[in-house]
Amino acid sequence: MTEDAALLSCRGLRKDYGKDAGLVRAVDGVDLDVAAGETVAIMGPSGCGKSTLLHLLGGLDRPASGEVRLAGRRLDQMSERALARLRQDSVGFVFQAFHLMDELTAVENVELPALLAGRPARAARRRATELIERVGLAERARFLPAALSGGQRQRVAIARALANEPHVVLADEPTGNLDSAATLEVLRLFESLHAAGQTLVIVTHDSRIAATADRMISMRDGVFIDETRLTGGSRGGLGALAGLEGLS
Amino acid sequence: MSRLRLIGRLVARDLRNRPGQAVLMLLAITAATATLTLGLVLHGVTSQPYQQTRAATRGPDELAYLGSPLASPGPRATGSALRKLVRAQAAALAGAPGVTGTSGPYPLAGALVRANGLTAGAEAEGRDETPARVDQPRLTAGSWVRPGGVVLERTFAAGLGADVGDRITLNGRPYTVTGIAVTAAHPPYPNLCYYGGGGCLAGPPGNDSPRDIGLIWLTRPDALALATPANPVTAYVLDLRLRDPAGAEAFANRYELGDAATEVVPWTGIAAADGLLVQDEQQVLNAGAWLATLLAIASVAVLAGGRMTERTRRVGLLKAAGGSPGLVAATLMAENLVLALAAAATGLVIGWLAAPLLTSPGAALVGTPGAPSLTGPAAGLVLAVALAVALAATLVPAIRAARGSTVGALADAPRPPRRRPRLLAMSRRLPVPLLLGMRLVARRPRRAVLGAANIAITMAGVVAVLTFHATAGQRINGGGSGLSDPVYNRDEQVLLVITVTLLALAGLNAIVTAWTTMLDTRHPAALARALGATPRDVAAGLTAAQLLPALPGALLGIPLGLGLFAAADHGGLLTVPPAWWLAVAVLAVLAAVAGLAAIPARVGARRPAAGILQAETA
Repeated sequence: MTEDAALLSCRGLRKDYGKDAGLVRAVDGVDLDVAAGETVAIMGPSGCGKSTLLHLLGGLDRPASGEVRLAGRRLDQMSERALARLRQDSVGFVFQAFHLMDELTAVENVELPALLAGRPARAARRRATELIERVGLAERARFLPAALSGGQRQRVAIARALANEPHVVLADEPTGNLDSAATLEVLRLFESLHAAGQTLVIVTHDSRIAATADRMISMRDGVFIDETRLTGGSRGGLGALAGLEGLS
Repeated sequence: MSRLRLIGRLVARDLRNRPGQAVLMLLAITAATATLTLGLVLHGVTSQPYQQTRAATRGPDELAYLGSPLASPGPRATGSALRKLVRAQAAALAGAPGVTGTSGPYPLAGALVRANGLTAGAEAEGRDETPARVDQPRLTAGSWVRPGGVVLERTFAAGLGADVGDRITLNGRPYTVTGIAVTAAHPPYPNLCYYGGGGCLAGPPGNDSPRDIGLIWLTRPDALALATPANPVTAYVLDLRLRDPAGAEAFANRYELGDAATEVVPWTGIAAADGLLVQDEQQVLNAGAWLATLLAIASVAVLAGGRMTERTRRVGLLKAAGGSPGLVAATLMAENLVLALAAAATGLVIGWLAAPLLTSPGAALVGTPGAPSLTGPAAGLVLAVALAVALAATLVPAIRAARGSTVGALADAPRPPRRRPRLLAMSRRLPVPLLLGMRLVARRPRRAVLGAANIAITMAGVVAVLTFHATAGQRINGGGSGLSDPVYNRDEQVLLVITVTLLALAGLNAIVTAWTTMLDTRHPAALARALGATPRDVAAGLTAAQLLPALPGALLGIPLGLGLFAAADHGGLLTVPPAWWLAVAVLAVLAAVAGLAAIPARVGARRPAAGILQAETA
């Protein structure tokens, strides 16, 4: 794939922590192109830099060097304000720890990005309600996160990531805190997103999850060491490939 | 013992690791204890200078006002009838058991003084040109009375702005100021008429304000010449020396109600009236000290809450290592109690050292106040207040931390926020900064209440000061006569000290509250940024979270301040400050809150969101 055709791309991306003897190169010269509608899984052991890469791709953190482009716009040169606007409109984040607001109900959590983007309250609620229905939690829309299971919380978090119809959803270990049944719930949801043409970048250290993507990239010590093109994602058999079908 | 040593070691380490917070807490309690100390050391501050003045002026043990007894029916005696009555009364008192010497009787005439374009009342006392054996005022400038020459009591002269050689008029007659003097026989302007059971017996014609009366000495003929048919001389004053000055009150009680005198005032009554100079000052300081104490409680409560937020993981580690809830609570409380003790000691020293600045004896007395007396009970009270502040503010958070889940504490899990559905629903329709601010308020309503109380107390202090100035213009400051009033000047000085203390404490509270909110909301703030809020939105939201409770607090402070002034003034008539003064005060307080909260809010909003979210995941 050429850089021009990519929805999301980075070149020579680098991020360091610490200095001198304590310098840690979390991301070390990474190049990546993600096409629109593609699902890319980045996997590797804990501490290999995959979460940092995801934050750099979403404009949540700034690189030491290199460039990041999303829909043709360079993120690494944007002001904080412009990055915030970009996160509102073009990026949806899904975190391992869900990061839901404890005092907000499921539907209030989902409508939050729309409200932060200055959308009218009624339109934000309408969109949130649609998304809550789409992730299969219509009956639990008014539940607080504490009253939801892990899988349900992550589905709420995914719905929230979709609130502003982003170009790309960046998921950081989305099933890392879930049991097998909940993992399957989330995988099915990603499957439907993929089928609907949503661009996804999923960071994981679980090979079963990675196997569901169009492409799987292995990462170690801040660099990409291997890339495999898969067919599972495009065939839509995510659950089967992940070996979780029997749990439904 | 080892348990105590362990607590001591943990406290010492923690204080060393977080000196900034310790200093803030120290400052908050010190401000309250120093103000309280100032209020306490003002008790009896004028007694020593009064004694020195009494010795220097051969001050009387008893002051007897002679003339028609108050109980006698009909009009008061004047002219020759009065002179005959006074001679008999004076002879009776001079021969009374225990009396060893007298001066007088001297005629008292009411006069209207005009000097330097100012008008005031005066009690004019006709004296001999030769020095008296009892009560000879001590000249601080110029010379004693002579025909056509008057001597002014020193505070009255200062109020009039008059000096030796100035020309003044008394009831329209011209006189020259030949001298300025102090006396121990009468309380000074503006309290001349506020002692014993009486007030001024020789009121000036056409002047209704008892505050605006000073004391003038002149020759007997000049004093008698001031009398007019409409304002005759009706009283004389006799100075008495007693064999036993300690029995002055008993002597006064024995003779006051009989036919011997109109009124008999012991020297102790005059000394007490002299203390009126600092009485208001003392009341203001005491009221201010309690306001500062309330603010200190608010400061310490917020600080303690913030310290607990930062120590969640430490509490978890202590408990995981086998520390009982009692040990954890004791450790957390011991830290604050140690700081309170240090603050009490610092406050006592600062208050004691600063007291001379506020305890000058004034122009009415000679001598110096000496070292302010700080008694054991006063020091004990200051200590108790400091410990009570620390205890009141930290008991609940310490017990909550000790009883909380160990696993949750180890994970550094924040305290679950409150849900306020109505506030959340309202916030949905607001611009982003207000949406974030209102939601932050809704998460921690108790902190918002504390913030509102902080501003309400501060605003109450500010409104009390404004009311003082508004009322003073009408009443205290001579009812429009323009005389400089030493009581007013001293009250103004001490009010300034209190206001600065309250504003400093309130500013400290605003910063601490914003800082604690920022720490407590680092996760939701980082998440808001991940979801598209700008750092400016987040900073504005944090600032709005301080302003939202500050607004009702500032408005509530207005009636509180008026009530505070009325209470301190013992229900006297107060003048409500103009609406625009109050509006400016509210806006200034809110602007200060916004400005101070913006500092931690900006720092917090600039912290990298990715790091916070990743740390929460780990």
